[in-house]
Amino acid sequence: MLLAMIQTLLLLALAPLFTGLIRKFKAFFQGRQGPSVLQPYRDLTKLFHKDSVISKDASWLFTATPYICMTAVITAALMIPFFTTSSINFIGDIIVVVYLFGMMRFFMALAGLDAGSAFGGMGSSREMTISAMVEPTILLSIFTMALISGTTRLGEISFNLATTGLDLVPPALFLALAAFFISTLAENARVPVDNPATHLELTMIHEAMILEHSGKQLALMEWSSMTKLLLYLVIMANTFLPWGIATEVTPMALIIGIFAVILKITLFSLAIAIIESSMAKMRLFRLPNLLTVSFSLSLLAVMSFYIL
Amino acid sequence: MDSNNLFYILLALAFFGAPLAAMLNNKPKISAAVAFGASAMASLVGLIIGADVLLNGPMRLDFPFSSPFGTFAFAVDGLSALFIIIISLVTFAVSIYSLGYVRHYYGKYPVGLMGSLFNIFYVSMIMVVSSSNAIMFLIMWETMSLSSYFLVIFESREKGTVGSGLFYLIMTHIGTAAITIGFILMYSESGSFEFSSFHGAALGMSDLLRSSVFALWLVGFGTKAGIIPFHTWLPMAHPAAPSNISSLMSAVMVKMAIYMLIRCYFGFLGVQDAWWGVVVLAVACISALLGVMYALIESDIKRMLAFSTVENIGIILMALGVAMIFQSYGLKELAALALIAALMHVLSHALFKSLLFMGAGSVLYAAHTRNMEKLGGLAKRMPYTSLMFFIGVLSIAAIPPLTGFVSEWLIFQSMLQSFNIPDAIVKILIPVALGTLAITGALAAAAFLKAYGITFLARPRSEGAERAEEVPGTMLVGMGILSALCILAGVLSFMILPVMDEVTSPLIGVSIGEHLISGFLIVPTVGEFSQMSPLLIGVLLASVFVGVLALTHLYGGRRKVVRAGTWDCGTPLTSRTEYSGRGFSNPINRMFSWVYHPLRVFRSTSHISPYVKSDMRYTSTIEPVFERYFYEPTEAGVRWLARKVSVIQTGSIQTYLGYIFVVLILLLIVLR
Repeated sequence: MLLAMIQTLLLLALAPLFTGLIRKFKAFFQGRQGPSVLQPYRDLTKLFHKDSVISKDASWLFTATPYICMTAVITAALMIPFFTTSSINFIGDIIVVVYLFGMMRFFMALAGLDAGSAFGGMGSSREMTISAMVEPTILLSIFTMALISGTTRLGEISFNLATTGLDLVPPALFLALAAFFISTLAENARVPVDNPATHLELTMIHEAMILEHSGKQLALMEWSSMTKLLLYLVIMANTFLPWGIATEVTPMALIIGIFAVILKITLFSLAIAIIESSMAKMRLFRLPNLLTVSFSLSLLAVMSFYIL
Repeated sequence: MDSNNLFYILLALAFFGAPLAAMLNNKPKISAAVAFGASAMASLVGLIIGADVLLNGPMRLDFPFSSPFGTFAFAVDGLSALFIIIISLVTFAVSIYSLGYVRHYYGKYPVGLMGSLFNIFYVSMIMVVSSSNAIMFLIMWETMSLSSYFLVIFESREKGTVGSGLFYLIMTHIGTAAITIGFILMYSESGSFEFSSFHGAALGMSDLLRSSVFALWLVGFGTKAGIIPFHTWLPMAHPAAPSNISSLMSAVMVKMAIYMLIRCYFGFLGVQDAWWGVVVLAVACISALLGVMYALIESDIKRMLAFSTVENIGIILMALGVAMIFQSYGLKELAALALIAALMHVLSHALFKSLLFMGAGSVLYAAHTRNMEKLGGLAKRMPYTSLMFFIGVLSIAAIPPLTGFVSEWLIFQSMLQSFNIPDAIVKILIPVALGTLAITGALAAAAFLKAYGITFLARPRSEGAERAEEVPGTMLVGMGILSALCILAGVLSFMILPVMDEVTSPLIGVSIGEHLISGFLIVPTVGEFSQMSPLLIGVLLASVFVGVLALTHLYGGRRKVVRAGTWDCGTPLTSRTEYSGRGFSNPINRMFSWVYHPLRVFRSTSHISPYVKSDMRYTSTIEPVFERYFYEPTEAGVRWLARKVSVIQTGSIQTYLGYIFVVLILLLIVLR
């Protein structure tokens, strides 16, 4: 319980750092010096100290959404193992976590519609279209891991895999990992699905939805999105490649656990930065091809568990 | 008081309320009060009966006369009791809602008759689930179908209502015909129409006969439930009916078919062949996926809700199919889990779908349109309706910890257990169903996001929506009851699931109650596989929310909040610049164009120069696939046959007498 809270606080605190890190990596590939990795912290601090403007057309839902998004992310974080396998996942398993992310998306998209601007509506519509393919992919790829390790509880998946060694690893793991990685890019508004660095109306998805938010509310939206990206990376690290995670509560194991997970996430961030620097964003109506590929991969992963 | 006496009271209330309401038809206010008062009281009694049976065991009330078809009796066991509770809960809320809702019919349509039929409809559903005899069941089933038919055509002067009603009538009778043939085949084997005699009869049947009965019942009850391709009556009849009636029909009446499928397959036939389950699962997957896809692109709220019913029936049947597969392999504990999941979704869907239909009715009542493209901005004009509709939307979109989430979670869990199935082919099919359920869930969230976002948020798109006001208190109370139940049935599901277990254990032959619930946790299977606690998730969400709220207010100090216009790029925003419902679902429409077959026509006329358009028209429609490739050919075939047969129909009575004479002679020779 205590460990879960420490992990969650740490996740919240580290989330802007990794967003800054990805930006730094990207700047490196683009031959720029780029802003400091601490820039996201400064942005958030600034936003928390600003007044906010709320649309006259918007209802209570618009104001409540940032708080609800943050709530959903924190609740999900409590159920996700970070550097140790113990979290409070006895009250909710991976399905709950995925649906909590679904709840966050649901409210964000509603708030996008609420201000009555065409941008917000466009963002919401595209977000829900993409999620229609991505959410099933995430569920199926994680179900593969659940079936391999015999549980849908995230902590236990990590524990069972981390304690069994490599000989139990079936090919399904790699299919599922690939599917999950593509989904992570799509769910967190990264290239090739969306571009986090642009405000061009016709292409943006995530930024379009939160366009009307400002001040503290915007800070919460940004922070919860950063945390969500980190959580996806953590799930990827601890579900598919959990080796190194602390399976017992001893100082040594915890220290190794922290280093292992941070190393893995840094590598994932690097991978994202490389993809973002070397690929162009896809046209919206080309996306179904990519998403169908990732969905098929995840379906194959589940099926191969049953066949092999 | 025992439940036998209570049953008499229930019947007396309804049979007293129905004619009295009809007699008072000229005084709409009083007759509405009498009718819906009677049905509300009757449904309260129904609740007590259901609870009593669940606590104290089955009841049986024999008719004081004998019929040529064996004894008629009201027999209420656990399964019936559960459905009586579901029917009564929804009817109680809908009765209260109706008190306000029927006001706009005063002086236009016969409110007393509606109230009268409403009572008959309620009682007929209660009797459907408590019949002990196939003939009695068919009579009640027919009463239910006919009373709902008359209720569907209540607004008979509206365009299209009578036609939709007729279509419903035809479809439901095709279904009833299939059911009746199924019962007759059972009778031929058991020699009695009593349900109790059916139980053993299936054992002596040949495989072919048993499978035919299975298929007939799937078609018959499936038509009532709205499985694809027999679903077309739902999006026609539900929007045509008054909203309180569509609420009852969609939330409860279609579940009568689910009740009978469970009773017939698990009770009478016994599930022996795995392929039955596979067939049910396949039909369910198609219904769920296509149902939600059609719901997503629909702009009429009530049609959209009707398609969503098709989807949810699909989800329920998925769980039922999985339960049948498990049962056929003797995996009884898993079968029990899947069946409990199915029943939980029956309850969930009954609660949120009736709530949503009532919400749609309130919108119709206040803004006089069902077309989302003409609505918007209602969240400010109708705050309570909007909040309660929102709870329904969250519930159907399976947001934790509401009731829809709990049932979907259970269905996922039971499907994940399919690795226990020994047959490899069947085992591979289940991940496909798993993927279908996941896609369905995501699309349903998109569909209901659109329904809520376009209808209630942003600016109004028509004068009707602009002038909309909050609906009368009774309507709000009716919706309030169900929205509270949507939350409670989710967070308190650890108290509901043991009841479901009690209901399923006689059917499956095993009880999983002792490990299913431990404290506040739901534990689907023995061991470490998974567990979840909706209550604790709810508590956690609430406390984190309070924490986030408090810390945000503290950090950065108190900051001003300014209300200002939405950013408009310099062009004033009107209702025409908002995102439309059609626009919202267009990317999905394009992505799945192989399902929708969209047809877009863009026409523009220009004078002076091609760049100055004087008139632009854009229409976008989708091809009604089932109407075009299934119903129209069937109808054409029937007409062709009728024309051919009409050769012998000369219109002269002598010829007809001649036919009768010849047929009589032939029959006497053949059957002598």
